[in-house]
Amino acid sequence: MSGKESAERELLRAVADLDSLPQGAYSLRRNGAGAALHSSECVTITRKEDKPGIDIHVRSAARGEKVYIPVVITDTGVEDLVYNDFYIEAGAQVEIIAGCGIHNDGGRESRHDGIHTFHVGKDASLIYTEKHYGQGDGNGKRVLNPTTVLHLEEGAQCTLDTTQIKGVDSTIRKTEAYLHKNAKLMVLEKLMTHGQQTAHSDMDVFLEGENAVAQIISRSVAREDSIQVFHPRAIGSAACKAHIQCDSIIMDRAQVRSIPEIGALHVDAQIIHEAAIGRINNDQLIKLMTFGLSEEEAEEVIINTFLQ
Amino acid sequence: MLELRNISFQVQEAGGSKEIVDDVSFTLEDGKLMVVTGPNGGGKSTIARLIMGIETPSRGQILLDGQDVTGLSVSERAKLGIGYAFQQPPRFKGLTVYRLLCLAKGSSMNRETCCEYLTGVGLCARDYLDREVDASLSGGEMKRIEIASLMVRNPKVSIYDEPEAGIDLWSFSMLVDSFNKMIRGRHESMLIISHQERIMELADEIMVVAGGKITQRGSREEILPGLLRNFQSGCAYRRGEAAL
Repeated sequence: MSGKESAERELLRAVADLDSLPQGAYSLRRNGAGAALHSSECVTITRKEDKPGIDIHVRSAARGEKVYIPVVITDTGVEDLVYNDFYIEAGAQVEIIAGCGIHNDGGRESRHDGIHTFHVGKDASLIYTEKHYGQGDGNGKRVLNPTTVLHLEEGAQCTLDTTQIKGVDSTIRKTEAYLHKNAKLMVLEKLMTHGQQTAHSDMDVFLEGENAVAQIISRSVAREDSIQVFHPRAIGSAACKAHIQCDSIIMDRAQVRSIPEIGALHVDAQIIHEAAIGRINNDQLIKLMTFGLSEEEAEEVIINTFLQ
Repeated sequence: MLELRNISFQVQEAGGSKEIVDDVSFTLEDGKLMVVTGPNGGGKSTIARLIMGIETPSRGQILLDGQDVTGLSVSERAKLGIGYAFQQPPRFKGLTVYRLLCLAKGSSMNRETCCEYLTGVGLCARDYLDREVDASLSGGEMKRIEIASLMVRNPKVSIYDEPEAGIDLWSFSMLVDSFNKMIRGRHESMLIISHQERIMELADEIMVVAGGKITQRGSREEILPGLLRNFQSGCAYRRGEAAL
């Protein structure tokens, strides 16, 4: 197996828990071009004609089907911009596992900008999991800028679970969600930065329909000299509920900023924001050390469980 | 066997240093339960933290089975067999009760075994194993999980810092039963900081600490009746000489 093949395998395992091409519907993108694509009975994936990217149609009959759409970059100097549009029909239940892994051994920047737009139909249910990961010994930066736009129709439910744990030098994440009547959104954002990395996350949630509910949980760990900026925003223009909870552990010489905005444009809009940034509590470390863990082991347990 | 030899602990304050623990020496024999009691701020918790290695004494020696552990870290002392349950246990976001108990044990445990420990401290186990040890738990729940985490370890020397604090009466009764079961026929020793008569009644030895010094020490039979008398006689209301 060549070095690149081996790197690709590692990336696929890291971002999608895949050892080989999966069963069912999938799309694999490699070094800025579509590499493999497969549809299933309920999920049709087609390449876009006018720009890079795919259209994914999920039929109402889908019941918990998993669709894998990983992206791997193993060449240095790749600049990949991709538009993926998802159309999930009323009543469908689907899990989409996305993720991007960059292996950069070269001196030029490798970058993937994924613009994902979801149209989640009436009473449909979507679980969208996205993992970002970088590796490689080159000086070239590994950059990932995901944009996720969610339109949740009446009664639609969506869980957006995003993870960036390692190796991404720069990320600008943009998430926009529009919730109609009785729609439910759960966002879980997990982020760890180290070295000189920077991460910026903008999240705009618009609760436009009666009884729309949004829960946003963001947990991050900033280590060494990394910088993180969070800008969560929830605006309710109907009788709705939103709860944003941002927690960050700050370590070493890192910097974290959290700039929340909540807005109620209706008397029955209940919008709550909680944010905390702090170092690891000394009592937490000591507690785990009384179990025989070293200080470094205790720190890892605290960070890993915090991000789980 | 745990031995403290001439242990002192000072803190720096404006205008000089203050002796929090002043030349304390005692021995805790294997298989014995010692209850340490005394007024708040008297130095009891500091003695416990010194034994665990959370604080470093300014003078003196701490020995475990004859080995000088004074210079060892918290982790090293834990590996040698000293365990400590915090008076105010810290909370952890994302850490489940099950994972905490496994970390305490040092290996994975089956869920049934975890349930037994939680039941022993008055928690309905199945409701708690997958809950996070975070702000969603009450002070009393946290305290009981903390006690269970030390019971799981079953170290040579267990130190419980006011295990009764924040626990309701029903759970306290279960806790006393658990301590009672643990002390029967055991080789390990326990040091419990407590103000509770029912816990003192379990003790082999009682030590009273006040002003950083040991003011009384002896068998339960020698010490407890006097403590109870002092409490009665020291309180005007209990003597019937004052109204509320």
